[in-house]
Amino acid sequence: MPLRAKVASSVSRTAAALSRAAGRGDGSVIGGWIGLKIDPELLAHLSAGRAIALVSGTNGKTTTTRLAAAAVSALGKVATNSFGANMPTGHTSALAKAGSTPYAVLEVDEHYLAQVIEATDPHVVALLNLSRDQLDRAKEVAMMAQLWRAALARHPDVRIVANADDPMVVWAATPPATHDQRITPPHVTWFSAGQRWHDDSWVCPECGSTIQRSGEQWWCTGCPLRRPDPQWTVDDEGVLDPTGAWYKVKLQLPGKVNVGNAATALAVAAEFGVRPFDAVPRLADVTSVAGRYAQVVRDGRTVRLLLAKNPASWLEAFDMADEAPTLLSINARDPDGLDTSWLFDVDFAPLRGRQVLITGDRAYDLAVRLDVNDVPFQHVRTFDEAVRAVPPGRLEVIANYTAFQDIRAELDRVN
Amino acid sequence: MSTEALRIVWIYPDLLSTYGDRGNALILARRARQRGFRVEVLEVRSDQQLPTVADIYLIGGGEDGPQALGAQRLLADGGLHRAVAQGAVVFGVCAGYQLLGASFFAKGTQYRGLELLDISSDRGPSRAVGELAGDIDARLGLPPLTGFENHGGRTRLGPGAAPLARVTHGVGNDGATEGAWRGKLLGTYSHGPALARNPALADLLLRWATGAHQLPPLEDTWADRLRAERQAAVAATVRP
Repeated sequence: MPLRAKVASSVSRTAAALSRAAGRGDGSVIGGWIGLKIDPELLAHLSAGRAIALVSGTNGKTTTTRLAAAAVSALGKVATNSFGANMPTGHTSALAKAGSTPYAVLEVDEHYLAQVIEATDPHVVALLNLSRDQLDRAKEVAMMAQLWRAALARHPDVRIVANADDPMVVWAATPPATHDQRITPPHVTWFSAGQRWHDDSWVCPECGSTIQRSGEQWWCTGCPLRRPDPQWTVDDEGVLDPTGAWYKVKLQLPGKVNVGNAATALAVAAEFGVRPFDAVPRLADVTSVAGRYAQVVRDGRTVRLLLAKNPASWLEAFDMADEAPTLLSINARDPDGLDTSWLFDVDFAPLRGRQVLITGDRAYDLAVRLDVNDVPFQHVRTFDEAVRAVPPGRLEVIANYTAFQDIRAELDRVN
Repeated sequence: MSTEALRIVWIYPDLLSTYGDRGNALILARRARQRGFRVEVLEVRSDQQLPTVADIYLIGGGEDGPQALGAQRLLADGGLHRAVAQGAVVFGVCAGYQLLGASFFAKGTQYRGLELLDISSDRGPSRAVGELAGDIDARLGLPPLTGFENHGGRTRLGPGAAPLARVTHGVGNDGATEGAWRGKLLGTYSHGPALARNPALADLLLRWATGAHQLPPLEDTWADRLRAERQAAVAATVRP
């Protein structure tokens, strides 16, 4: 490593430690930011000599990264940005902090994927899904798919693990010359993790025609774009690998969604030569991810935290949550997006019949939504009030980003 | 009304449903049912023919590509023009508002609109993103408009259309006026589920559709609290 990079890397680690000591977050952003100020090439220097996997998409990337890092650790030490700091500053900080490791698995914000591919020269890139998220400032779904596609076309040597169920991802993963999906390019491995949200992929990104669906199949009515046959699939609490072997996947994380994330993680690990047989037991060690799914006992209630940031992830949260009293908390601060109109893209009907409590800065937006949805609810001012309002037993908490962090802080920054 | 049931058509949810636009159909249907009307909601996708006998047509927001495609398909279909000629109510939001006019700007080009409202839209100097508030045309007899806007376009009104509101916060058409209406056609930059924050506007559309002079009041506690909270939030920010 050049001297400048060594200095930058060391200062970066110190700043992160200072930030943590000062109680201002986990330090993963500030450390990387200072490091990159000293050496803009730092991320590239820190990446050199490591076999790297990047994980990107709108939803599931933090959890999938955590699971993939656990799977790859069957081979040796893995650097990873496990706190969800998923921009280049976070990657720089994570790699600097980890020191020398043969492997790295990095979660990447979908807007930064092109830039991080350039900097890190990854062995494999996993593309999970693309759906609407914070549209008051984020890029359109189709435009994001276009950016991904252009970035990957510049790196035909990078292996890709991509979601066969998402037309936007399939289109982004395949170079223009081979967009007939019956012919899978040799460097792409398809997985199917089940996809509940379809509302951002009715229009073909290739030709603008309507996309038809029947069961799990989908195809464009105007061009050859269609669902490729996935090599990795989820089947009955387990995962089928490309040879057809089935592995029971026992996780501590809830929901079918996470079995899907596990399938993706196993496919990523396989690109490094990890056999599912060796990886599966390591997945069961993952208990919670940056506070997500964490369970905390408070006043006789077992509180479980679920993060839901956009319509697709709310559908997944309903899948993960038990039939139990449920607190929903909604904010609309900068990290959440200032616009709450997406609440009407979520069907809250699965909550009917449960005791529902609502809170957060924008509880009234949620109240109007639930009213229209015929979901009875009770408004509470604070998290403590919610805990007192439910009987002893489980309390499910589903919150968007800053609301989640607020409640996590109340529970002493659980991880 | 055309039949004994109130028919609400949501136009092209596959193209124009970017920001919870479904909300407007849900809110209208619920408020009509609470008044004892039988309601049918039809979601018509862009590869289907538009029925011409419905009472209320909703057009939502969308990104540039889908907006241009939606306008092209509505022009080719012709059903919305026939419905309007028969007295149907049309409520357009954001991209759906723009495409009711003579022309709009998308993907760097000027596109022909449906020419149902005397407006035309162009690219603005900057994107308008944030809270939108205004005092609604007194002839409509409604409380102030509150909403959230997110659009790059600016809209000029011709003599055949009246502004929906005078802007008190945000941008709307051009920083001075917001939205437009004529007869039973109404459009706004208050995007997505605009009726969630403006139940009185929902009731205006229902009165237009049913011919009722008055509708029984409904329990609107949460919408009232939401309106008050948003109005207070806007009042607390200094206008740039």
